[in-house]
Amino acid sequence: MLSSKASCNSHGQDSSYFLGWQLYENNPFHEVENPTGIIQMGLAENQLSFDLVESWLRKNPDVMELKKGGESVFRELAFFQDYHGLPTFKNELVEYMAKIRGNKVKFDPNNLVLAAGATSANETLIFCLADPGEAILLPTPYYPGFDRDLKWRTGVEIVPVHCWSSNGFRITMFALEEAYERAQKLNLKVKGVLITNPSNPLGTTMTKEELDHLITFAVAKNIHVISDEVFSGTVFDSPGFISILEAAMDRNLENTDVWSRIHIVYSLSKDLGLPGFRVGMIYSNNKTVVGASTKMSSFGLVSSQTQYLLTNVLASKRFTSKYMKENQKRLKKRKEMLVSGLKKSGIECLKSNAGLFCWVDMRHLLSSNTLEAETKLWNQMVCDVGLNISPGSSFHCSEPGWFRVCFANMSRGTLQVAMRRIKDFVERSNFMGRIKMNYQQNMSSLSRKLLSNWVRKLSSPDPNEHER
Amino acid sequence: MGLLSRKATCNTHGQDSSYFLGWQEYEKNPYNEVNNPNGIIQMGLAENQLCLDLLEPWLMKNPDALGLKRDGISIFKELALFQDYNGFPAFKRALVDFMGEIRGNKVSFDPNHVVLTAGATSANETLMFCLADQGDAFLLPTPYYPGFDRDLRWRTGVEIVPIHCTSSNGFKVTLPAIEQAYRQAQKRKLRVKGVLITNPSNPLGTTMARDELDLLINFIEDRQIHLISDEIYSGTVLTSPSFVSVMEVLKDRNLDQTQVWERVHIVYSLSKDLGLPGFRVGAIYSNDPVVVSAATKMSSFGLVSSQTQYLLSAMLLDKKFTKEYMSENHKRLQKQQKDLVSGLEKAGIRCLDSNAGLFCWVDMRHLLKSNTFEAEMELWQKIVYHVKINISPGSSCHCIEPGWFRVCFANMSESTLKLAIQRLKSFVSSIGMKSQSHQELKSLRRKARNNWIFRLSLQSFYDREQDTTTKVSFSYRPHFMSLSNIAATLDAAA
Repeated sequence: MLSSKASCNSHGQDSSYFLGWQLYENNPFHEVENPTGIIQMGLAENQLSFDLVESWLRKNPDVMELKKGGESVFRELAFFQDYHGLPTFKNELVEYMAKIRGNKVKFDPNNLVLAAGATSANETLIFCLADPGEAILLPTPYYPGFDRDLKWRTGVEIVPVHCWSSNGFRITMFALEEAYERAQKLNLKVKGVLITNPSNPLGTTMTKEELDHLITFAVAKNIHVISDEVFSGTVFDSPGFISILEAAMDRNLENTDVWSRIHIVYSLSKDLGLPGFRVGMIYSNNKTVVGASTKMSSFGLVSSQTQYLLTNVLASKRFTSKYMKENQKRLKKRKEMLVSGLKKSGIECLKSNAGLFCWVDMRHLLSSNTLEAETKLWNQMVCDVGLNISPGSSFHCSEPGWFRVCFANMSRGTLQVAMRRIKDFVERSNFMGRIKMNYQQNMSSLSRKLLSNWVRKLSSPDPNEHER
Repeated sequence: MGLLSRKATCNTHGQDSSYFLGWQEYEKNPYNEVNNPNGIIQMGLAENQLCLDLLEPWLMKNPDALGLKRDGISIFKELALFQDYNGFPAFKRALVDFMGEIRGNKVSFDPNHVVLTAGATSANETLMFCLADQGDAFLLPTPYYPGFDRDLRWRTGVEIVPIHCTSSNGFKVTLPAIEQAYRQAQKRKLRVKGVLITNPSNPLGTTMARDELDLLINFIEDRQIHLISDEIYSGTVLTSPSFVSVMEVLKDRNLDQTQVWERVHIVYSLSKDLGLPGFRVGAIYSNDPVVVSAATKMSSFGLVSSQTQYLLSAMLLDKKFTKEYMSENHKRLQKQQKDLVSGLEKAGIRCLDSNAGLFCWVDMRHLLKSNTFEAEMELWQKIVYHVKINISPGSSCHCIEPGWFRVCFANMSESTLKLAIQRLKSFVSSIGMKSQSHQELKSLRRKARNNWIFRLSLQSFYDREQDTTTKVSFSYRPHFMSLSNIAATLDAAA
C-alpha cells in the first residue's frame, strides 16, 4: 500500500541515539521542577551564547520587525521564494564562512546554495552526486543522522572507513583503501567520501595530513569529497581549523579536476545556535552541482523572514567578531569543566579542540569488551545515573566503550549535577567492583588453597600434615 | 561529467518547459509602471498580491508576533532551539482551525494528523516518497500545474500518467478518462499507486463538482489506491459553487471508518490564500498514522522555520482577523477576476467559467493559425515577445487541446491588469485584421478561380456564384481598398 521507504527502517530512528532522546523526553531534568530527571547530554546544541544574539536584536529592533530604514519590507519578503536565495544573505554568509577560516579561503556567493538546514543540504548533495545503489565512504565514528540523511530517500549506501583509538581515530590511507575495496567486493560503486570536519562525535579538527590523504585518494579514484563543516565555528582551541578547500588550495589544485569534486556543507545551527531557523547551505565549485542543487532546494527553501533576520545579524561585522571570540571562550571553558569533571571520576576524553561534545573513553567501565556490555553500560547511564549520553555504537564506532557527551546545551549548574552523578556512579561501581574483585580474588585464592592442600594430601605420607 | 547522478544531469526537473522559460524572459525585462512601462507583464505567476496591505496593519498591532515575544517577554531562545519535526503545537492547532473555516466547518481536522513542510512543493514530494516507489505511477487529470513534473517525479522516480480532460465538458474528470489512463499505465507496465487532483484546479480555476469527487472516491476504492487532493487554492473560492473538500464527501458518504479514509490525503499551504509564498509553509494531512509518521520524519528535510511558525500561529489564532481578511481577500480577487474576464471578452476572448484560483483558463483557440501545438507555441511567443505579456501555454500544463492559456490576475494592480488587457486587445485586433486580410486574399483568389470556372459553365450558375461573391466582396470592400495598409500591418506584426 505504501512505499517501501515509508514502511522500512532506513530512517534509522530506531537506533539507541534516538531512543535515548525519547527516554529523556519522558523524564526531562529540571533544576527546580524535576531535579532527579534525565539530563540531556545527547543533544549537540550550542546554548551558551544566546544572550549575545538577543542583546544585538534588542539594539536592532527593525530587523525582527522586517523593516529597512524604518520602512516595512514585509511585502517583498512575503513574495520572495527565489531559490537563488536573498543575494545580500548569501554575500554575508560567504564573508562569515571566510572569517571562520581566517580568511584563508574566499567563497563566491554564486556557488552557494541555501537549504533548510544541513540535513537538507546533505541529502540534496547526495541526490546530485550519486544514484540509488551507489555508495559513499564515511569515516567512523560518524553522526547517526547520516544513516537517514544520506541513505533513506536517496537509496545510496554508506560504507564505513574504520578508524581506531590507537591513533586517535585519525583517517589513514590504509583505512580509505580498505573501505574502497570492501565496497567493490559488495559491488557498490563508490562516488565519494563524506567527512565531518570538525568531527562529530570526536570534537577534533582534521590534520593537514588527513586532508591531504583524502584529496590524494579522491584524485586517484576520481571521486567526490563532501566536507560537512557545520562545526567549523566551534573551534575553540589549537590546532586551528583547516578547511578542505584550504588544503586543496595549498596544493595548487584550483584549476584541476578535483577542485570541482570538493563540496562543503555548512549551517548556522551549531555556531550561532539557531537550529530552529533551518539555515543550511551547500558550497560547490561545480556549476552543474550548483545548478541542480539550486533547483532541488525548492524542496527545502529557507523562510525569507529568516533570511532577512540573519542577513542583518551577519552584516554587523563588529557583532560577528565579538560573538565568535566570546562563543569560543565559553565553549572552551565548558569543555574543560566536563573534561576535568570526568577526570576526577577516572574517565578520560579524547583530546579535542572543537565541537559541542567530548568523545569519552568508558572502556574500563565495561564488563567486557563487547557491544552488549556497551549497551548495558548505556542503559545504566540513562536509567540509573540519569544521563542521556550517546553510545559509540550508534555512531558506528568499531570499538565498544566510547560515548559522546555533550556539554554546550546546559547551564553550569546542570553540568555540575551531571558530573556528581557520574562520580557517584563510578564510585559505586568501583566499590561494588572492589567487593566483586575481592570476592573473586578470595574465591580463587581459597580454591587455589584447597586444591594445593588436596594435591599435597595425595602426595604426602604424613597423615598429620593436613591439619597445618 | 559522468561523476554526477542521473538526477543532476537529466531534464526531469522539467525546468526547460515553456512555463519556466516565460518566467526567464520576464526576469530579463520586467514591467514596472514607472521604470519600465514597456516591459513584460507577468501573468504567469499564480500569486496573491492583493491583500498584503491588510496584513501589515495587523503586524503593527501585534508586535510580539514578529518580535518573537510572548506577553512582551522574548522567547527568542526557545524558538531558535525549536527544531522538533512534530511542529509548533500552537501553530498546528491554528492551522487546522483555519483549514476547517475554509471548508465552512463541515470538516474538522486533527492537528495530530498534520505534518508541516517547507511549502506545498515539499509536501507533494514527501507524499510521493511515502506512497510510491521508483517506477510506480500516479494519475493526474490534465491540464495540471507544470511544477508537478518536477515535484512528483524528479527525485522520487515516480511516473505521471495523465487523465485527459477536454473542453467538451469543461475539462471535468470522467470515468472513461480515468479508466483510459489506468489502462495506459498498465500498458506501460507501471503500477498505479494513486490519483492526484488539484482542487480547486490549477490551471482551470474551477472547484470539483461533488459527482467528480464521488467518481474519484469510487475509483480509488475499487482499485485500492490513494487519492491526494492538493487543496492549496481552497481559500480562493470566490463564488458558488462553493468549495467541497474530498474529506467532506467522504464524511457525507459515511466512509470515515473505512479503509479508503486512510488512503485520502490532503496537501495545503499558506502561499496562495494568505499570499505568503516566501515563508514556506506547507502541510500534509492524512488519516493514515504510518503516512503521518513517515512524512513527519521526512519533513526533517524541509522544516518550517520556527520564527515563521510563531508569526503565523499568532496570526491564525486571531480568528476575527482571519475572517475579515478572507472576506476582503475574496472581494478583491473576485473584482480582479471579473475585470480580466470582461476585458478579455471585449477582445473577443472567452474564459472557462471559473469560481476560484488566481488565474483564468483562457480560450485562444480561435487565434491559432492551425489547431496544433506548434501554432500554440507561435502564438505564445508572439504574446511574450511582442505583446509583452507572460502567460502560460496550455501545452506546458499538458493540455491535449492546443490554444488554451493560463492567465494570472492576482499578482498585479488594477492598472497593470488594465494595461495588460489593453495590450491583448490591440494584439487581437491586429491579428483580426491580419486574419481578415488573409481571408480576404483567400477569398479574392477563390473569387478569381471561381469566375474562371464558372465562365465555363451555365450562366445561371455563374450568376448565382456572382451573387454570393458579390455579397462577400461587398463586406470586404473597405478592406480590399486598403490592401496596401493590410500588407504593411502584416509586415509590422511579423
